[in-house]
Amino acid sequence: MGSKRIIYMDHSATTYVRKEVVEAMAPYHAEHFGNPSSIYSIARESKKAIDAARKQAARALGAEPDEIYFTSGGSESDNWAIKGVALANRKKGNHIITSKIEHHAVLHTCEYLEKEGFTVTYLPVDQYGLVDPAGLEEAITDRTVLISIMYANNEIGTIEPVAELGAIARRHKIPFHTDAVQAVGNIPIDVKSQNIDLLSLSSHKFYGPKGTGVLYIRKGITIDNLIHGGGQERRRRAGTENIAGIVGLGKAIELATADIEGHNRRIRALRDRLLNGILAKIPHSRLNGHPEKRLPGNINISFEFIEGESMLLWLDDEGICASTGSACTSGSLEPSHVLLATGLPVEISHGSLRLTLGNVNTDADVDFVIEVLPKVVSRLREMSPLYKKSGKEGGSNVQ
Amino acid sequence: MYSDKVMDHFKNPRNVGEIENASGVGEVGNPVCGDIMNIYLKVENNVITDAKFKTFGCGAAIASSSMATELIRGKTLEEAWEVSNKAVAEALEGLPPIKMHCSVLAEEGIHKAINDYRKKQGLEPWVEKNPHSHEHGETTCRH
Repeated sequence: MGSKRIIYMDHSATTYVRKEVVEAMAPYHAEHFGNPSSIYSIARESKKAIDAARKQAARALGAEPDEIYFTSGGSESDNWAIKGVALANRKKGNHIITSKIEHHAVLHTCEYLEKEGFTVTYLPVDQYGLVDPAGLEEAITDRTVLISIMYANNEIGTIEPVAELGAIARRHKIPFHTDAVQAVGNIPIDVKSQNIDLLSLSSHKFYGPKGTGVLYIRKGITIDNLIHGGGQERRRRAGTENIAGIVGLGKAIELATADIEGHNRRIRALRDRLLNGILAKIPHSRLNGHPEKRLPGNINISFEFIEGESMLLWLDDEGICASTGSACTSGSLEPSHVLLATGLPVEISHGSLRLTLGNVNTDADVDFVIEVLPKVVSRLREMSPLYKKSGKEGGSNVQ
Repeated sequence: MYSDKVMDHFKNPRNVGEIENASGVGEVGNPVCGDIMNIYLKVENNVITDAKFKTFGCGAAIASSSMATELIRGKTLEEAWEVSNKAVAEALEGLPPIKMHCSVLAEEGIHKAINDYRKKQGLEPWVEKNPHSHEHGETTCRH
């Protein structure tokens, strides 16, 4: 073992921090450590750094700098957007619309609000994971105070018709929030033309540091505070700023959005070769999510007759980092709520594998996974009682 | 998260396969829950002379099947009946709490295979002593 080669294909879980970002952050630990709320000169360095990062984030989203609020990450941003808008508009109504495939940071926040007297509509998705705009429009009532639909799904990579959903919300004068944690750096975002009122993002998904995120709040949106305390972030989000983290986020978002098309072209080419290689070599496998409307680095495949965690353990043994929608890694016995919402049978959901490609991946990585994965799958199938029972040897792929 | 012993039995599972014309077969679990275990026994003069398994499931389920078949080989049916899920888990140097149900599945698989044998012999199946006393961990699949 020792210097085993690691093939990291779990970029949707998190990314490494790129060198330029580490360098940008470095002075803000020991050197420019001043509290930006203080008035002496060394504190001004911190204040300036935050202002610069705010501009970088605003530019990346097509927003104004004073619409950018720094948070501790995607979960806080989602919590703030949903609780903040719901509670601030309580007198107007108590109805929230979201989808069945949201991240738990959205779903569990909505469930919490249900206990507080809100009613929540969880919109279904089609077999590809797409929310139907007509279904959204039908779900709106005169009590609806918030619509929250994710930009792109973290498991199956499906990209939602956000601009269209946002336009419906705008027409009904209902605030529209989108969890764009997986989208930033992969999809060009423009909050104005895409009718987005609130947007959550997290720095560690685009080669920035963990523990920093943004909630974009369009001017004029009524929202309560989530974190109460000092007057930071224009009195909307208390707590001494994570200066180094914010600086890192600013640099990372600038780099991630500088050439999205070029980045996507490279990642998509690797992804498609890997995907086609897997589907060609492994029978009884199917792609989950949308064939085209999906994140450039995302692959989510179900392999029949086997279970995902045992697949991950073997892949890890080969140095390949991946993830699964199987129950066995989630701490519950239910498989992925996203796969189930697309109508995938429960037993097949257990055998799903997510590979998410990113900057570190190379052609050699793709070749290696195409070589190793079929062996892992057949080894597990050989000991699976389901494989024998089905009597299927060879055969064609279901897509 | 898994002990070295679990990883060893996962990566080098003992006794994988089926036994043709097995004396007894125990099929337990449910694909909806993410694990199915089939235990095959060959019984001669009341002794388990061979035990094999086929399992669809996570690392702990495969390791539990492997260990369970190891533990019952060479034992009399009475002795094998006494192999508890706890014994399987202990032999594996422990399982994470959420994976204890995998060892329960192994115990149930052994019991079902033994009773399958007894039925084939025209004998009364043995009754589970404490069907609910297993350490299921925090979760049991309700399907």
